[in-house]
Amino acid sequence: MKICVLVKEVPDAAVEKRIDPSTGRMDRSGEKNLNPYDTHAMEAAMQIKEGGQIPIDEIVAVTMGPESAVRALHKAVSLGADRSIHLSDEALAGSDVAATGYALAKALEREQPDIVLLGQQSDDGECYTIGAVVAEHLKAPSVTQVIKLDVVDGGLRCERQAEYGYDTVQVELPAVISVGDAINTPRYPTLKAIMGARKKPLEKVAAGDVGIDTARVGAEGSQVQCGEFKAPPAKEPGTIIEDEDTDATVQQIVAWLEERKLI
Amino acid sequence: MSGILVYVLHFEGAFNKNSLGAVSEAAKLAGELGTEAHAVVVGGDDLTDELCATLGSYGATKVFRAKGPEGLAQPVVDVIDRVLDDHGHDYVIFGGGLLGFEIGAGLAARRNAGVTMEVTNIAVEDGRLIAERPILGDSQISRSRYKGLGIIIGRINAFEAKESGGGAAAVVDVEVEYSPWSTRARMVTRGEQRGADVNIEDADVLVAGGRGLGRAEAFQLCEDLANVLGGAVAATRAVVDAGWYPYSAQIGQTGKSVAPRLYLAAGISGAIQHKVGMQASENIVAINKDRNAPIFEFSDLGIVGDLHQILPKLTEAVKAKKG
Repeated sequence: MKICVLVKEVPDAAVEKRIDPSTGRMDRSGEKNLNPYDTHAMEAAMQIKEGGQIPIDEIVAVTMGPESAVRALHKAVSLGADRSIHLSDEALAGSDVAATGYALAKALEREQPDIVLLGQQSDDGECYTIGAVVAEHLKAPSVTQVIKLDVVDGGLRCERQAEYGYDTVQVELPAVISVGDAINTPRYPTLKAIMGARKKPLEKVAAGDVGIDTARVGAEGSQVQCGEFKAPPAKEPGTIIEDEDTDATVQQIVAWLEERKLI
Repeated sequence: MSGILVYVLHFEGAFNKNSLGAVSEAAKLAGELGTEAHAVVVGGDDLTDELCATLGSYGATKVFRAKGPEGLAQPVVDVIDRVLDDHGHDYVIFGGGLLGFEIGAGLAARRNAGVTMEVTNIAVEDGRLIAERPILGDSQISRSRYKGLGIIIGRINAFEAKESGGGAAAVVDVEVEYSPWSTRARMVTRGEQRGADVNIEDADVLVAGGRGLGRAEAFQLCEDLANVLGGAVAATRAVVDAGWYPYSAQIGQTGKSVAPRLYLAAGISGAIQHKVGMQASENIVAINKDRNAPIFEFSDLGIVGDLHQILPKLTEAVKAKKG
């Protein structure tokens, strides 16, 4: 069986994120890293493989993005993927979440994975939704925001927090599962794995190679028109105390609470 | 104009508050567009005629009802797809919550539609809806327009449920043949509660703990302070998932929403998923050792420091004040 893990490069958390005023898109320059949630998806893939309940022949990391996205694939490979696929095409630039999910699904269709794993959210934009879009195109069952994943009866048993408490859902394979960061503690790649990552097969594919209809992707093909922004309502900044002398700080907090009749 | 459709989630015979908020919002928007707001529900026998008809008081004129599994997204995509085939609504709106994300995204894929999530406001311009969504840690608002069908997924608590005095909604049964992949996921247990039952929604004062506590035992610091302040203890999703505190104390997107007089956040960074559950609090005090934590952007009093040093002394000081 085969697991595909969708990964994404995102701006490093330390880099200030901003919209490029000339394009209306996220400015994706600056330091990049593998989306932290995707490291949990990679770890989940490794645990399924190592658990041995279902035989996993290979783990394939898949990403869509510009040239620099290769670094996210190297990271994924250093965490255990056997090979990787980089979907990259000018025609895909500016795709909205639905178009991105469609394009990724086309790249996955060629691989015919039994399990698709991804992080439940990325730090830089879309939230929670890519997994459901991909699943619909692949005609596969899907559960998102999963915090416990076990192989049961040849399928996957998924736990998550939903609107009314914890839900447990059993899905048959093939399936698309997005995971939360509570699901596991990702391992650190070994130095050997980091050094070896560049030697593992990395295939670069363009839209046409995986049968993407370019009329459905990119800014033109996307069904949402973004690029218009406004400032949020201004909020008075709060008072900030840097704690240097804790006794004095505590007195300031107590005075603040008393002033507002909270004590 | 063919109307606005709203998915309404329910559990054990009661509708979801965020869904009812979405119905109220849709009814208001439909009034401005000169069209109607309809609801769609999927589930079992607890979706009685009487229950469905009550959606009329939130402004829905019609309720499409289908028999199907509950708590799973893909069957609902099938139902909405069918309703759209037959009735051609221009927009589908979801209240905040996890299922809304999944159904809305799946539906966007099914119908090649535009989708926007985390929406906090919907505007009407030139007879069309524009979804407004805060981005980049709420520092900017992005406005989305739709080329065709528009799918709008609200942020939790974005839309308030208002009874507008409308009459009973007409209930229309929908027959749906479910897609093969919609039947390959099965709910094993739903809505399971774990850990002690804690009531945080009625508390005037909440002391909330997050990852910055470092370990489960450190919640004692929050409990001690809450005790002297006459309040209760709340927690973030991260620490509940880690098993440090019971689920019933969880604030945020998948937990409870609170608005106490005082919300004291200890070791909480203030991610959006947490913020949406507590930002309506009257007074927000945050203690965090990271000066750049987002919580300082919306706290009224922020203390940059070590909660392990500050909380015990604060507890003592409050106790001394109260004599």
